[in-house]
Amino acid sequence: MTHIERGPEGGYAVGPLDRLFNLARKHSLWYLLFGTACCAIELMQTGGPRADADRFGMMFRSTPRQADVLILAGTITYKMASRIRLLYDQMSEPKYVIAMGSCASTGGLFQKSYSVVNGGDLFLPVDVYIPGCPPRPESLVEGLMTVQRLIEKEPWLKKAWGKLPERSDPHLPKENV
Amino acid sequence: MEAVEIKNLLQQQLGVDIEWCSDENGVGDPFAVVPAEKWLEACRLARGHEQLQFDYLRALTGTDRPEQEVIEVVAHLFSYRLRHPFVLKTRAQRTQPVLDSISAVWPAAEWYEREIFDLLGVDFRGHRDLRRIMMPDDWPGHPLRKDYQQPDDYHGIPTSRPRAEEQAND
Repeated sequence: MTHIERGPEGGYAVGPLDRLFNLARKHSLWYLLFGTACCAIELMQTGGPRADADRFGMMFRSTPRQADVLILAGTITYKMASRIRLLYDQMSEPKYVIAMGSCASTGGLFQKSYSVVNGGDLFLPVDVYIPGCPPRPESLVEGLMTVQRLIEKEPWLKKAWGKLPERSDPHLPKENV
Repeated sequence: MEAVEIKNLLQQQLGVDIEWCSDENGVGDPFAVVPAEKWLEACRLARGHEQLQFDYLRALTGTDRPEQEVIEVVAHLFSYRLRHPFVLKTRAQRTQPVLDSISAVWPAAEWYEREIFDLLGVDFRGHRDLRRIMMPDDWPGHPLRKDYQQPDDYHGIPTSRPRAEEQAND
């Protein structure tokens, strides 16, 4: 899709702007440092030197305002679900959700419990599910890379521009209806 | 002090008949059941009496017994000074369970009583902050009651998950 040419000042590329944006977005996938149960330990390990998610541009953020990905790391209780919803709502678009481990995907071991939500997808739009109890850091990196592949194909700019009203200039006189 | 001696001492001090249960084979801890109206007094005595000195509340739990129409509250006690354990129980009416709070005797009981209130619905009189501790504040019912019915959803979140085969049919 992208056309690369050789020029006198070096090279240049011709292609959709979306591709450039996606390339940048894909390599700065910041996740919210947030865990609800034991999966959070593996989440911390993924940010550590051995799995080193940082080499893919995946950095942890401690505020939802700066995060792109919400990783549901661990068992979610009903009491916590409303707090998680609040965190999700504070994140800016585009945002992605990963259900990490069996608890966050389906309720897992605690499915029959009176206090555990049977999967994060019952109240949030989940993009990627990672099986495991808990998943190893390699699995989580794979899950994050799946999000990267989602981003790569996403016509985000097209979607965002499509949402804009046709006349967005506030200085233009309003028509009397 | 042996458990049966503790029970006899309590009985003598409280002036009421205490129900006593102990297995000859030593299976399970022997326990004493005091009447609900003597619950706080019995706990004060257990902590303060010179020969008892139960300075440590190991656990405070509850059981729903619908066939006896009661909710049982169980205190597991231990004395670090005198090195003896004891199990003290009481029973509250199941229809309207009310008990005196023992959080003034052992401050550790405060959260245990919140838990029993949350899961079994026992109202502890004299508790300074009796709120739910695990379930959300607006949760209906008390989950550890034997006749508890789980609601279908909580603020739009379904409480059960459709099974895989049902999902495949959709």
